[in-house]
Amino acid sequence: MTGAITAPSARPPTEAAEAPVPDHSIALETSDLTKRYGDRTAVDSLSLQIRRGEIFGLLGPNGAGKTTTILMLLGLTEPTSGTARVDGLDPRRDPLEVKRRVGYLPDDVGFYDDATARENLRYTARLNRLREPDATERIEYLLDQVGLSEVIDRRVRTFSRGMRQRLGLADALIKRPSILILDEPTVNIDPEGVRELLRFVRDLRDVEGMTVLLSSHLLHQVEEVCDRIGVFVSGKLAGLGTVTQLASQLDDGWVFELEVDVGPPGRPLREMLHAVSGVGNVEVDGRGRWTIDASHDVHAELFAAVAAAGCTVNHFVRRGADLDAIYHHYFTGRTA
Amino acid sequence: MTASVASAPDAIVEPTPDHDEVVAPRLRGGWRIVARKEFEDHVHSVRFVILVVLVSLAGLASVHSASGPIRDAANQATDVPSIFLYLFTLAPDRVPAFHEFIAILGPLLGIAFGFDAVNGERSQRTLPRLVAQPIHRDEVINGKFVAGLGAIALALGAVMAVVAAYGMLRLGIGPTIGEVVRMLAFFVVAVVYIALWLALATVLSVLTRRAATAALAGIAAWLVFTLFGGLIAGLVADTVHPVPTANPTAEAVLANARLEQTVRRFSPSELYQEATNVLLNPSKQSTGLVIEDTSAQALPSTLSLSESLVLAWWQVAALVGGVVALFAGAYAAFMRQEVRA
Repeated sequence: MTGAITAPSARPPTEAAEAPVPDHSIALETSDLTKRYGDRTAVDSLSLQIRRGEIFGLLGPNGAGKTTTILMLLGLTEPTSGTARVDGLDPRRDPLEVKRRVGYLPDDVGFYDDATARENLRYTARLNRLREPDATERIEYLLDQVGLSEVIDRRVRTFSRGMRQRLGLADALIKRPSILILDEPTVNIDPEGVRELLRFVRDLRDVEGMTVLLSSHLLHQVEEVCDRIGVFVSGKLAGLGTVTQLASQLDDGWVFELEVDVGPPGRPLREMLHAVSGVGNVEVDGRGRWTIDASHDVHAELFAAVAAAGCTVNHFVRRGADLDAIYHHYFTGRTA
Repeated sequence: MTASVASAPDAIVEPTPDHDEVVAPRLRGGWRIVARKEFEDHVHSVRFVILVVLVSLAGLASVHSASGPIRDAANQATDVPSIFLYLFTLAPDRVPAFHEFIAILGPLLGIAFGFDAVNGERSQRTLPRLVAQPIHRDEVINGKFVAGLGAIALALGAVMAVVAAYGMLRLGIGPTIGEVVRMLAFFVVAVVYIALWLALATVLSVLTRRAATAALAGIAAWLVFTLFGGLIAGLVADTVHPVPTANPTAEAVLANARLEQTVRRFSPSELYQEATNVLLNPSKQSTGLVIEDTSAQALPSTLSLSESLVLAWWQVAALVGGVVALFAGAYAAFMRQEVRA
């Protein structure tokens, strides 16, 4: 643990909502990290840097190698080649120190069903060498934070999937980690639960300066909370950056879609659109939906052209900028 | 879930100085934390209570039936050595002696505290969470094995205490110091014997996905070695060295018996029985074959404990070797497994 973590009480909540001062030291790093199981390559030469205080989304379909990468970062699986670094530490050489710093919420987290929430967390606290009075206080505080203080002494057997997920979050935070790794935290919980969880994660970053690595196969759920996203397909990093940057990495150029109300006759819209410089192919389907290819961003000129033709725009969208397009492009190898 | 982290007085991550004070800088000894939790789970479990009650009842039955003849004999002869130990070895009325009961029921104790050690963590999906805490992976299996040993020792100790107390009430005498030492030696050997089954159950819990499968496999091994061991040994001996029914020669009978004993000794319960027979019975002078003639000719003397240990050492060593080998197998298999499997 370094001095990079700021005291949260010094900062009022309003300020906390703003973007934190970026700390450019690297919290998590992999270089040429590779894991093979027999013939299958689960993770293929992954090189990635996650900055301190960043919320990083590892996005990929099931079986893309996200969990394997996480297990290698934690030192729970040996890489075939390459290295992982956590706070500059090698998980293979300093596994205990790494595991003391990293809070981990596994995919499909499990608990000792016959024990209560409190007993489950107390075991984790002991394994992290928290002293008894401190552990007791912290367990109650965290269970209150995740909204489980009512059921603190109930057996986990009776918990719903969403409650287990929240208990798992509290469990990962017991050790006061500086880095939090959440593997598919939004799976199988309801939309409101997802919103709460992501808000909670963002607060952890904003207030505590926590570094968060979050894996998911649902871009829609995580894109708003992640500072950067790594798109992970078949063990390889297919794209890296913010959602906007990812969209611009799509190589299908500029494609605009527009729907118009038909205006007065005599002014042919097709010709007007073609006249805009940079516009290539222009097509229209039977329902008045136009598709326009362009070499650069011409949306202002297109609006002008439509207005000049005496029509009104009902719907306008730049194809490729939305999440579906990113998702389809990377995961299924085609554009939307 | 409340989103009020920002305004919370306490923080999820504390400032550096406090943090170092709270978390002990040394992260050694994680197995003790695992062992403590597992031991508490064992002792509070229903299976612990059931097993202690079951073995206690069996022990009381055997001690009760043994104590009658001992009382009668003690009235007549005052100079019989180690009267108290007869409580554990005498078996009139077809009720097995106490140490024979342990030979039969001990494996159940061992299996009960080990069959779900690792696959239980897997089926509850707690293993990834557990090994992500600051402990080494082998500390999980080491701690669990130590906890199982502790539970076994506690269960057997409790049973022996109950049985010995009942014996004292029935006989009206207590054990001598020498007898107490022999009982302790018996206790240690019995724990080692049960630990062998614990180690076997631990191997099974690593190798099988479901706890029920491991329990069944363990019980199958128990039946084969404990109940059918003698049958199998007899069959093998009769096949290899058949004794002619018409005119049996001494050589044929001896060869048959020798082979039968050799085969029997592959069973841990045979090793245990040979060792404990000697340890609990100072007048026992051999673990090998005893022909009626030599037994009658043997001097009616008793052995000291060290002499008894010399007789039983290799059986004990073989049992310890078995424990070590089986646990090493479980350890190696567990360390090679993927966390997520």
